[in-house]
Amino acid sequence: MTMTQPGVTALWDELCSRVKTGDRFAGLSGTMPDGGPLVLSAYLATARGIDTLETPLPPGVSGYPALTPRLGAAFWYERVIHDRFGVVPDGHPRLAPLIRPGPPEEHALPRHVTGYGIFTIPHGPVRSGVMEAIEYLVETPGEAIPHLNMRVFYKHRGVADRFAGMTPDDAVLLAERAEGIASVGHALAFCHAVEQIAGCQPPPAAGLVRVLHAELERIANHLDVAVRLADAAGLAVATARFALHKERVQRLVSTLCGSRFGRGVVVPGGVAALPLLPPAQILAEAGKLRTAITADAGALMGTSSFLDRLRGTGPLTPARARQHGALGPIGKASGYADDARLARPYDGYPSLTLPSAPAHAAGDALARLRVRWEEVDQAFGLIRQAAEQLPERPGDPARLPCEPVRGRAAGWAEAPQGEVLYDVELVDGRIARCQPRSASFHNLVLMHEVFTGDILTDFPFIEASFGLSVAGVAL
Amino acid sequence: MSIWVLRGLREGVVTTRWPGRPDAYADGWRGPARSLGPADSVDPALCPTGAISAQGIDQGRCILCGRCVAERPDLFAWSRGATGPAAAGLSRDALVVPEPPETDEAVEAARARLRARTAALRRSVHVRHVDAGSDGSEEWEIQALLGPVYDIHRLGVFFTASPRHADVLLVTGAGARGMSGPLRTTYDGMPDPKVVIAVGTDAVSGGLLTESEPVTGGVAATVPVDVWLPGSPPSPFGILNALLIAVGQL
Repeated sequence: MTMTQPGVTALWDELCSRVKTGDRFAGLSGTMPDGGPLVLSAYLATARGIDTLETPLPPGVSGYPALTPRLGAAFWYERVIHDRFGVVPDGHPRLAPLIRPGPPEEHALPRHVTGYGIFTIPHGPVRSGVMEAIEYLVETPGEAIPHLNMRVFYKHRGVADRFAGMTPDDAVLLAERAEGIASVGHALAFCHAVEQIAGCQPPPAAGLVRVLHAELERIANHLDVAVRLADAAGLAVATARFALHKERVQRLVSTLCGSRFGRGVVVPGGVAALPLLPPAQILAEAGKLRTAITADAGALMGTSSFLDRLRGTGPLTPARARQHGALGPIGKASGYADDARLARPYDGYPSLTLPSAPAHAAGDALARLRVRWEEVDQAFGLIRQAAEQLPERPGDPARLPCEPVRGRAAGWAEAPQGEVLYDVELVDGRIARCQPRSASFHNLVLMHEVFTGDILTDFPFIEASFGLSVAGVAL
Repeated sequence: MSIWVLRGLREGVVTTRWPGRPDAYADGWRGPARSLGPADSVDPALCPTGAISAQGIDQGRCILCGRCVAERPDLFAWSRGATGPAAAGLSRDALVVPEPPETDEAVEAARARLRARTAALRRSVHVRHVDAGSDGSEEWEIQALLGPVYDIHRLGVFFTASPRHADVLLVTGAGARGMSGPLRTTYDGMPDPKVVIAVGTDAVSGGLLTESEPVTGGVAATVPVDVWLPGSPPSPFGILNALLIAVGQL
């Protein structure tokens, strides 16, 4: 639901009062339709769906009162708006470039902490190991990390602008590539928005196939985190074991659809095709994977030298998680769970049983890993239910016609990293605006705050335990 | 610790025998679309990345959406197999099918030139990876090479953190301009002889992200590319194949 507010201050007032009464701040974006004045859109996650509150700036103004001093979670969102449109949020605490690299002479290392022997380790953007490009600026006297800064703009690709003018069928391909390791999650969020505009309900069988792929993607992502954590701890066999499981999950996905990332499956109106493997075989394969992964996960969680590295590492307090509206496993590990599959269910999820995640509050890297293992187990449960229900719908088409012409809607899905949000507007059947908001973007800013008491050797554990993708941040 | 050793041993050998023996998963891999004949009767708008022209299909632009294969099965089909000389190009033009403008002799000459350049590397190859604006999936597939299934160490290929120790540069991504400087610095820091592999359709041509303010639309605008590997993303076998082609082992 989109609600226009009379002005920026009224918009912020309404937003802050609704956040106080329990809605979650889910994002903020800007657009400049036809080169006109900037329109600010804020997103609120409610029990019913995503509400969009928006207001245009008066023509000719080059600034507006910043939201960040009132709502800290807007910190990065307002920097993105400044990067993209040059409009200044007055009173913003730090308006450095976030997603757009400025001229190289402005790339001097920012320094927040001063004192005897404090220096900055620039780590990235070309990192040791095979990693995505990001620069961490670690301010340290040698061991403790009093401050961490991140520069994500190196791999900015202009994805949000690229959507303009595309047909929904083409745009879903770009959504899959906005954050490649969460291709299914992004495609789902985008398609949900388009389907809402078109008033189209995908066939139930397609809803179940979507669940299958979304949950396999979740398992692969969580296994990737396990690989990186085991690698950081130097557990060579465990690293190899989880890499083997992840490879087998990706091979199962490619057997189902031809792509190891589930690309090309989710299309507006349903799925491109039903799985290439019969449901009984999916059940058998998933069952084998579940047994093997559960056994190794149990062994990992019983390896005390490993647990010692994670316990108390990179803690995010429940209060901060709630205040920020932390998404996905990071929020759940700090006692704040707003899972879109449960709170705002879509596709096949309403017909399946998804137990709510057990409560965690420690908020450290260990709690985040525990949440991931629970999610892996739940994902296998959902895959089993979906594969069992699929044969009950033999006559269902894979896809229904979905040809939206004009309208605006927000779509959401629970990707492995957390809730993905798409704000889509169509004019004459083409994208006039498409604003993706990944869970990685919303959550990565929290990494500033979790280094209290941790030292340099904890860094790889904390980074891996967040399990985010830079592609979805810099877009 | 012993618990892990036992777990590892119980599984047995999971590593592929390729390239010594064929691998069913590699051979069954669904690669970029190929054209079966002239495509002049096809609306070029069918392809979201404009890979289709009258001559056929440019696999360097193909993002494997499969739309052409579904709409015109008479003219387009999937290519099969992740490995072999045809799975990666030694020139950008070599990815255009059905008729690359180059003759077999020209291709063989290009291979011979590359082989001569990399003769010294063959038994110990060190690889550096740079992300120049990928979607994140190519990194997963490169990382998979270090896992037990592909295990590139058995072939004498190692990843290195320092460009000073690197012989091969794997570049992923559509060529984000923010990464142009770091990418060029990495390339310049590598000793000769060096080989550059563009990993994935994004790195080859930009894919859906054509040249614009934030991206160069492929990494060749920043570093000279020797081996062009299409795929969105390419499979680990495809990356391994391109690596072995680059150092003359295939």
